[in-house]
Amino acid sequence: MANEVVKKEPMFTEGYVIMPYKYSVGTLASKFFIEIRDHKKINGVKCPKCNIVIVPPRSVCIKCFNKIEDLVELSGKGTLVTYTVAHYDSAVQAMKPPYAIGVIKLDGADTAITHFIGEVDFKELKAGMKLEAVFNETRNANILDIKYFKPVKNKG
Amino acid sequence: MPDRVGIVAAAMTKFEAAKPWQHLAELVLEVTDKVVEAAGISLQKDVESIVSCSQDHWDGRTISSMPIPDVTCGHLKDESKVADDGAYAVLYGAMHILSGDHKLVLVVSHCAESHTDGTIIENWSIDHIFTRMLGLDYTLAAAMQARRYMDKYGITPEQFAKVVVKNKGNAKKNPYAQDSATLSVIDVLKSQMLADPITVMDRKPVSDGACAMILATEEIAKKLTDKPVWIKGAGNCYDPHFLGDRELADCDALETASKKAYKMAGIKNPVKEIDVVELSEYYSYQELLWTEGLGLCKRGEGGKFIDSGKTQLNGDIPVNPSGGLLSGIPITVAGMSRVAEAVWQLQGRSGERQIPGAKLAVAHGCGGICGQMHCVLVLGN
Repeated sequence: MANEVVKKEPMFTEGYVIMPYKYSVGTLASKFFIEIRDHKKINGVKCPKCNIVIVPPRSVCIKCFNKIEDLVELSGKGTLVTYTVAHYDSAVQAMKPPYAIGVIKLDGADTAITHFIGEVDFKELKAGMKLEAVFNETRNANILDIKYFKPVKNKG
Repeated sequence: MPDRVGIVAAAMTKFEAAKPWQHLAELVLEVTDKVVEAAGISLQKDVESIVSCSQDHWDGRTISSMPIPDVTCGHLKDESKVADDGAYAVLYGAMHILSGDHKLVLVVSHCAESHTDGTIIENWSIDHIFTRMLGLDYTLAAAMQARRYMDKYGITPEQFAKVVVKNKGNAKKNPYAQDSATLSVIDVLKSQMLADPITVMDRKPVSDGACAMILATEEIAKKLTDKPVWIKGAGNCYDPHFLGDRELADCDALETASKKAYKMAGIKNPVKEIDVVELSEYYSYQELLWTEGLGLCKRGEGGKFIDSGKTQLNGDIPVNPSGGLLSGIPITVAGMSRVAEAVWQLQGRSGERQIPGAKLAVAHGCGGICGQMHCVLVLGN
């Protein structure tokens, strides 16, 4: 009996997981975001032991696990490692599709960061292309203070 | 202390795009009933410990294992949960037995992906300080990995599409599979583009279902069945989380995990010795990349490997004769269902998708963004 009822009219109870949260970003990331907000400068961290430069900043080296305490300034220019063009909408996307997103290795860094690629013809997207950071006018000390990376135009 | 862990029996629900007539614990109840019957044991008297696998966000609550003891006779017994992939729950269940603490363990996993919007959970599983606000989800990340794989090794979307054609075709022989189809490479390439180069057919569909198995000491396994399946080797390994910390075109973590598992199992030449592989391809390109990580072909040769036909159902080393995750298996159940399929192959219970005379199988589970973590189990009869 119960089976027939549920097959005909399955019941649901609705639920929403709504949980406000304030994440402490920590010592190095605080400085990283302040530098972007106040000076439009992207910083990495340099491991004092193995000398690799890591972006986004971490307080422990990803290679030798040595403790890292200092930031190093990077130029904000870099190279595209890989990319995609999003053609679908979702509940979490920050941009309206279609848009390009990629993994970008900043000059002087050994690791790469993920961010949007803007002011680009999707057909011209190519690994190895030179990019530079564009910052938002209003900056709130978060990753969206970087608006996107755009192709570096060759000067004529 | 016991030196071998035997898998006595495995069970699954049929996987479907939605199962609105069962609540989550009823999915577990269904597979528990089936596996207990298949093993010929008493749930109440014989099962000493229950290891479940589920994820809080997917279940829309904290402590997603709360309802599990109710449907598995778990009250006043040892009960624990593994979050993330079900292959890890099998590994953890095996550790229970190897520790000498328990002689017989029930391992279960469930997920109803249809209950929520998975992209939100994916986004919430990604680094929350530098990445989440970008709206990244697993499909966008996978597309960037697929692109990098293409760029570095010259792999093509046609080769990715061949995985879809093969797996959805194999699924026609699997009564538990959700999605099966006779497709051409063109069908896949022409389907809706989600994130270049990944089309909607290159991605595993949303799925609901559950899986269970009974693990036991060697002595008990031999008593319960004349077809015990032994866990001969196991390995697991994690890559860094951040995409930019990794070489996305290679899967170092899977290479490490598989080498560990093969060493333990005494496998020297994987492609010659292994009869069948069930792996976790959430996206088509991953099957090619994971065959490299599993040492079935060299780095960068995943494309040539699918072209060779060796991974077809009638090939030298069939990969995903069940239809794989592309045929529709939910997250968390994914890796455990790979183990269950491998168990059935070794017990000769795989029906139309049976690989004749299969004696050594590899089951692979993975989780995280772009296959961050991998678990490899070598099974033999």
